Amino acid sequence: MSLRLDRPGLLFAAVGLAGLALPLVQFKANRIVPGEGLSLPAALPMGLLMLLGLGAVLLAGCLRWSSALRLAAAAAGLAAVLLALGGAATSLTPPDDTLARVAPATGFWLLLLAFALMLTDALTRLRPALWLRVVLLVVAVTALAALLGSGLLDGVSVMREYAARQDMFLREAQAHLVLAFGSLGLALLVGLPLGVALYQARALRGPVLSVLNILQTIPSLALFGVMIPIFGWIAANVPGAAQAGVAGIGLFPALVALFLYSLLPVVSNTLTGLAGVNPATREAAIGLGLTRVQLLGWVLVPLALPVLLAAVRIVLVQNIGLAVIAGLIGGGGFGTFVFQGLNQTAMDLVLLGALPTIALALVAGIALDLAAEAANRRAPARQGA
Amino acid sequence: MIEIRALTKIYDGTPAVEDVTLTVEPGQIAALVGTSGSGKTTLLRMINRLVEPTSGQVLIDGRDTREGPAHLLRRRIGYAIQGHGLFPHRTVAQNIGTVPRLLGWPAEKIRDRVDELLTLFQMEPDAFRDRMPFDLSGGQQQRVGVARALAAKPDLLLMDEPFGALDPVIRAKAQADLRDIQRRLGTTLILVTHDMEEAVTLGDRIAVMDKGRLVQYAPPSEILTAPATPFVRDLIGLDQRPFHLLSLTPAFALAAEGHAAGPVLPRDASLRDALAECLWSGRDALPVEGGGVITLAALRAQAAPAARAAE
Amino acid sequence: MTGRVLLGAALLVLLAFLARPGSFAPLFDPFTCNNAAAIYTQTPLWSLTLSHLALVGIAVLASTVVALVLAVLVTRPSGREFLPLARTITSVGQTFPPVAVLALAVPIMGFGAGPTLVALFLYGLLPVFENTLAGLTGQPRNVAEAARGMGLTPRQRLWQVDLPLALPVILGGMRLTAVISLGTATIGSTVAARTLGEVIIAGLLSANTAFVLQGGMVVGIIAVLIHAGFQGLERRAAARIGLAR
Ligand SMILES: Nc1ncnc2c1ncn2[C@@H]1O[C@H](COP(=O)(O)OP(=O)(O)OP(=O)(O)O)[C@@H](O)[C@H]1O
Ligand SMILES: [Mg+2]
Repeated sequence: MSLRLDRPGLLFAAVGLAGLALPLVQFKANRIVPGEGLSLPAALPMGLLMLLGLGAVLLAGCLRWSSALRLAAAAAGLAAVLLALGGAATSLTPPDDTLARVAPATGFWLLLLAFALMLTDALTRLRPALWLRVVLLVVAVTALAALLGSGLLDGVSVMREYAARQDMFLREAQAHLVLAFGSLGLALLVGLPLGVALYQARALRGPVLSVLNILQTIPSLALFGVMIPIFGWIAANVPGAAQAGVAGIGLFPALVALFLYSLLPVVSNTLTGLAGVNPATREAAIGLGLTRVQLLGWVLVPLALPVLLAAVRIVLVQNIGLAVIAGLIGGGGFGTFVFQGLNQTAMDLVLLGALPTIALALVAGIALDLAAEAANRRAPARQGA
Repeated sequence: MIEIRALTKIYDGTPAVEDVTLTVEPGQIAALVGTSGSGKTTLLRMINRLVEPTSGQVLIDGRDTREGPAHLLRRRIGYAIQGHGLFPHRTVAQNIGTVPRLLGWPAEKIRDRVDELLTLFQMEPDAFRDRMPFDLSGGQQQRVGVARALAAKPDLLLMDEPFGALDPVIRAKAQADLRDIQRRLGTTLILVTHDMEEAVTLGDRIAVMDKGRLVQYAPPSEILTAPATPFVRDLIGLDQRPFHLLSLTPAFALAAEGHAAGPVLPRDASLRDALAECLWSGRDALPVEGGGVITLAALRAQAAPAARAAE
Repeated sequence: MTGRVLLGAALLVLLAFLARPGSFAPLFDPFTCNNAAAIYTQTPLWSLTLSHLALVGIAVLASTVVALVLAVLVTRPSGREFLPLARTITSVGQTFPPVAVLALAVPIMGFGAGPTLVALFLYGLLPVFENTLAGLTGQPRNVAEAARGMGLTPRQRLWQVDLPLALPVILGGMRLTAVISLGTATIGSTVAARTLGEVIIAGLLSANTAFVLQGGMVVGIIAVLIHAGFQGLERRAAARIGLAR
């Protein structure tokens, strides 16, 4: 077997080796003293061995192996880096010490990046079948959940912040999900019929889309801010509104702001999807005697489905991210931790908010990509002209 | 019977179809020809109310098509268009079964009908039933499109340049099949085409449209020998006229007593085929299947306008 | 035409407001309560606007340059190996929430303009990269064939054929980047970057809707103007390569 250099592998090795050279964790005896960076051998009893192992895997990645082997190596590398972090935290923290903090440092992030890149690269090259990718996603999520639940990472600063606020975390997580999915649901409920209506009423398209476009240009911060007085006023002045849950503070204004942001993608993709259906198909359907509703349900919507799913992806990913801002106006969600952390310069708290948000967005994005691909396979709208 | 009475469609002040009156007898084929933009498609689409006429009326078997909802009318009329418009997300069987399903036929009856049509169009049901439209060839897609139009046994079939996207060989075959199926089912057929040859070979009558108006509606032989206006003559193409004429008549009709050597011409070949064979094999006379011969001289006489006028 | 007039009017209103915000006070008065100030005066609005624009401008320029170079590199024969990976990274990278990226940049960069710049830069890379890639790889096969057939060297092809043809799409990517960055930069104020977000946050903290509105309005108008400006450029670039749109 001839050994040839693999250039993406070289890149990953460079990133990873830099990570090995830099401190893996930052150790602070308490919140106030400046931290001390510790590299892998210094942070972990078996650290040197581990460093050599990881280095070997990275260097081996510079040569061409089968992609399946690379995938396995990358997954093992990721697990090892995470376990090293957990192990370092446990071994560095003196027993019964609640003040000391062990936080991931640059080296950890670079290693994580290197192996994540290696994993992505291997997956991209393997091009697994759709079902296999679904399985892989489920396995990855389960493995991460198992790792977090196992207690192996409990010594890491973020997990300690989590342990201190478990109830609050669950509450904010729930709020975040309600914000992201609730606004998506509302946007679909309103946006789909609106898109269909605009498809039929050409004259209204321009004006309505301009309004939605302008809504989109208002900075999210301002849109969230403006919702507060509006709904405060409505709650105070419209009889029954307050009882119905309308309020100027809390979840409600944030939900509506996200809903407004989501309308444009939903409406415009509905339009694009419907308009993208081959005119001959439409014409034939009407000619065969389908009613308007049948035309929509039998032909147009199934054919537009991939584009509609693309809108769902855009909106969901966007809203999971934007929901963070709700934390700034008391709307709850993971943003609460982010902004609290920024205020107190407590980076562990920032991570506690940011990491789940990123994970959520990532999983949602990948899952919806897979769904869109499945739909595209069933309804190749632009094929078979 | 289809009666079109003084049908007019005006778009933004310009007439696309103007005061067209014509009748198609049951079981006959009417071919609509004319230059691009002459209003053929518009006229056709007014018959199944895809376009609502500005004035005039369409009667099918004496009943005004404006009675009742348009979609119910359309389910009784077959409709096939260029580019076939198959539903890309449905199987061949589901495509063909569309109208029967709309009409609430039981599943079993739909399945039988689909298989019957696939067989009729020479597509093995077991092999094609569950295929998706995009993995059929162009000719197969087009046949499925026509089969779909015929699924609910309509008495009337409308076709807008159904063979426009096919190559000449498949096209000739598709035309022959269509003629065959149409005769067998007794369907009335109105067909829009760009191709004079197609109109001459398929049409019992040809309707020539020019700038929205109907300028001549007559059997092919009359259109060829007595064009009503210079426009009609130009449309036929002067140089093509003799060939069109010859392709109208089957060979046996001109067979005379005599003997000739060489391969025998099939009985249902047209005079045009006979001429081609004479020229190609360098013979002056051909034997025709079932007895008799065709001579080059007879063919020449048949194609000459003077000879026809003298008949 | 009416579009242009409206845009012109919006620009004039914006300039007038930034030059003499005080004279707009009566407009914003109804949105204040308890006699709070109607116009933000802590820092002059024009100076916040300028630093906001500078931040966005630098970030967009930097990400455009880097994204262009990367996109060209991965579409050269020598960089092809990276192409599939690059595609995956861009599609995955765009799911990262900008606010989270901003927050994560703080531990590395500290407070101030730094993390905002980094977040805007990183987030801005993706649309330009994605569009440039689409532009460079999505052109008609016969164009590339013809260029090769005429004997253009790869370098000549890149400069004389590929990039000019991809220009409208690249500009489209820059437009996306610029508009997203404008909005995201407001959040930079939470990590002490000097942007118009400062006005909005001041409004949120003191429950003064007038501040929220004026901050949002200024950013919104700028976004609309930039959006329209880029679209104009895109149309011009498209017209130049014969794609009247
Ligand atoms: N929906 C419409 N709105 C406005 N004008 C129309 C519409 N449909 C057709 N027309 C006009 O009516 C005239 C006739 O069009 P039609 O499609 O019936 O022509 P055609 O004979 O089928 O042409 P072709 O052979 O090119 O298919 C054309 O001038 C066309 O521009
Ligand atoms: Mg037509």
